[in-house]
Amino acid sequence: MTTNGTEPAFPVRIGAVVGGSLSRGLDVRLESARAVEDVKVGTFVTVQGQFNRFFGIVTDLQLESSDPRMASAVAGGGAALAEALSGTTAYSTASVTPMLTMTAGDEGPQPARSMPPHFANAYRASNDDVAAVFGSEDARHIWIGSPLDMEDTRVCLNLEEFVKRSNGVFGKSGSGKSFLTRILLAGILQRNAAINLVFDMHSEYGWQSTSESGYAAKGLKQLFGSRVSVFTLDPASSRRRGAPTDYDVVIGFDEIEPDDIAVLASTLHVTDLGVQSCYALERRFGRNWLLEFLNHSQEDLASLADSMGENPGTLGALRRRLSQLQRFGFMSEHSTGGSAVRQVLEHLQDNRHVVLEFGSYGDNIAAYLLVANLITRRIHGEYRERTEKALAEGKPQPTPLLITIEEAHRFLDPGVAGQTIFGTIAREMRKYRVTLLVVDQRPSGIDGEVLSQVGTRIVCQLDNDRDVDAVLTGAPGSRELKTVLSRLESQQQSLMFGHALPMPVVVRTRAYDESFYADMSVPGHGSAPGAASTPSRSDLFG
Amino acid sequence: MPAARPASSPSPSSDPTTADPGATKFGEVVEASVDSVTGQCHTLYGAPPLGTLVRVGASLFAVVDGVSTAALDPGRRVIARGAGLESESDVYAENPQLERLLRTDVTLTVVGHEEGGRYFQHLPPLPPRIHTFLYACSGAEVRGFMERSDWTALVLASALPTADDVLAAALREAAPHFDAPRAFLMQTCRAIASQLPTDAARLAAIMRRLPLSEDS
Repeated sequence: MTTNGTEPAFPVRIGAVVGGSLSRGLDVRLESARAVEDVKVGTFVTVQGQFNRFFGIVTDLQLESSDPRMASAVAGGGAALAEALSGTTAYSTASVTPMLTMTAGDEGPQPARSMPPHFANAYRASNDDVAAVFGSEDARHIWIGSPLDMEDTRVCLNLEEFVKRSNGVFGKSGSGKSFLTRILLAGILQRNAAINLVFDMHSEYGWQSTSESGYAAKGLKQLFGSRVSVFTLDPASSRRRGAPTDYDVVIGFDEIEPDDIAVLASTLHVTDLGVQSCYALERRFGRNWLLEFLNHSQEDLASLADSMGENPGTLGALRRRLSQLQRFGFMSEHSTGGSAVRQVLEHLQDNRHVVLEFGSYGDNIAAYLLVANLITRRIHGEYRERTEKALAEGKPQPTPLLITIEEAHRFLDPGVAGQTIFGTIAREMRKYRVTLLVVDQRPSGIDGEVLSQVGTRIVCQLDNDRDVDAVLTGAPGSRELKTVLSRLESQQQSLMFGHALPMPVVVRTRAYDESFYADMSVPGHGSAPGAASTPSRSDLFG
Repeated sequence: MPAARPASSPSPSSDPTTADPGATKFGEVVEASVDSVTGQCHTLYGAPPLGTLVRVGASLFAVVDGVSTAALDPGRRVIARGAGLESESDVYAENPQLERLLRTDVTLTVVGHEEGGRYFQHLPPLPPRIHTFLYACSGAEVRGFMERSDWTALVLASALPTADDVLAAALREAAPHFDAPRAFLMQTCRAIASQLPTDAARLAAIMRRLPLSEDS
């Protein structure tokens, strides 16, 4: 399984297994004073059993003593006593959670369901061990970062598996979510693992944006040119930033359905009764219900309420709330026939990746919710149709579609997750080859049912306990992972676990810089030739 | 006689030709069991200090755990003789017979033996014979035997109420024979620590009796 011809690094022994359990983790007694301070939470460890090799991760460190009264015995004992006691009566252990078993000569790492015996030697994992577990960069794997303290080792993510499920990138603001997301999106684009649709709330994925340190990070359009189309809701803002765009998005009032209002209810302060009235209005006026309703004058409203059997107060309040939509520059009174939405769909069908910039509307959560929901609902219908048709006719299924949404808890909070199309996608659209990439800083705000469907979770630093708990819900060994998560640095470090990774891993995210751009400029993928997998993919598109 | 005669040999093993020339003969065995030996010194007050490593005959090693002086005949108690005399030495000068009427005994805790040129830090199969000569070990013997620290277990496990003092004394006596006394003491203390996993207080008490300067 080694990736190259280099000799494996000399294994550094850290200690021996002295106890533990599969669920709690193995207790490895650290043998040298050096190991005690060198071994960190998150360090990869291999344990050599008699027949198998185990691959695990350090989840905790403890100072232990064989004498419960030691603390009182050493009072005033001085340096010599401390020297005699350390490593004998007083010692350190590391909790190592065994994650994978590697049996020589078979199919590769398997989830660990057995344990090494007492006194099995534990070593620091070498580069080759890590490569054997996470694979190396190829047509399916993208190098995403390095394990802590193993700067020249590459952790790779299997993108093909990644896009099969919905995924999440979580972390508090400023922890590097956007850069991670950029790396993922660029990798997916380059390797054709899926088609991307990005709802780019802060206009940072399409064209270059400036990082906190003042570094200008290139956008997808700059890296991949014509394979990426940038749509904008706010052409003026795009022009100001000098970002070229392909389409200005205009949405007609007739494209808005009561379901869209239901999603916006809490943002626009529309009551449940108001939402019900929307459905009644649609039944009465048909497709163009919203504009017709908004065009009613105050006096007409009373007679409308009368004829519909609604409360005039409710309708009045509803009209006031909904009139906020008229202030959005991208809304068009006269229906354009849904051309913008259709354009997005056509681009996606054309295997072109779409970034939808919100410009100054990025700060308006109502606009973001409305547009993202509206477009995605159409895509949902379209993909469902295409996939069912492909299945019925025995044709290849459409290329997977990955929809990236930011501030995801707004779409997926327990109150609206049942109504928004994103909730539906997260729960069931895997079958129709549409998945989500959820980028969020408040995972605790996301509906538990949706969160449980998130396949691969990439977690940067989180401060709030509720967010930490939410993001780890259902993950095996979540208690141990919590310790790891709480030790993440505030930038460029993340804990990744779930479907696309054989085991949880803490990585220092690779830099999004010139060398990354250079890697991305090679069609297919970075270094190794991946010709073998390319034809099958193009067959799929054909 | 071969130098590597096993300690179990019942034949006299006190042949002085096998002894280290640096070792000093000081007495002989008068009572022996596998784990402890009582010896009588050849001269009154001629016992080596507490904790001294002693070779019993050719092949047995023991540590001095007690020294006592009393009347040769246990039935005849020593009486005070110093009334009217100036000093203690005058007592012995006036009563030259005392050198013959008193005896100095040492008790020893057996800590190992030598067989075929190798040191074993556990009990010998048989006790030494009576009248086997006792030698205070030379520096080379001390270094050779105490290089490993397993012998401390036998002292710690002995029933002596003064075991900790004996152990500390043995270390104090042995340390000057090593090039790096502190390193020797620390190495042995760590071995003691691993033998006392649940008793750090006892280790601390032993270590307080050792010349371990805190600043080194």
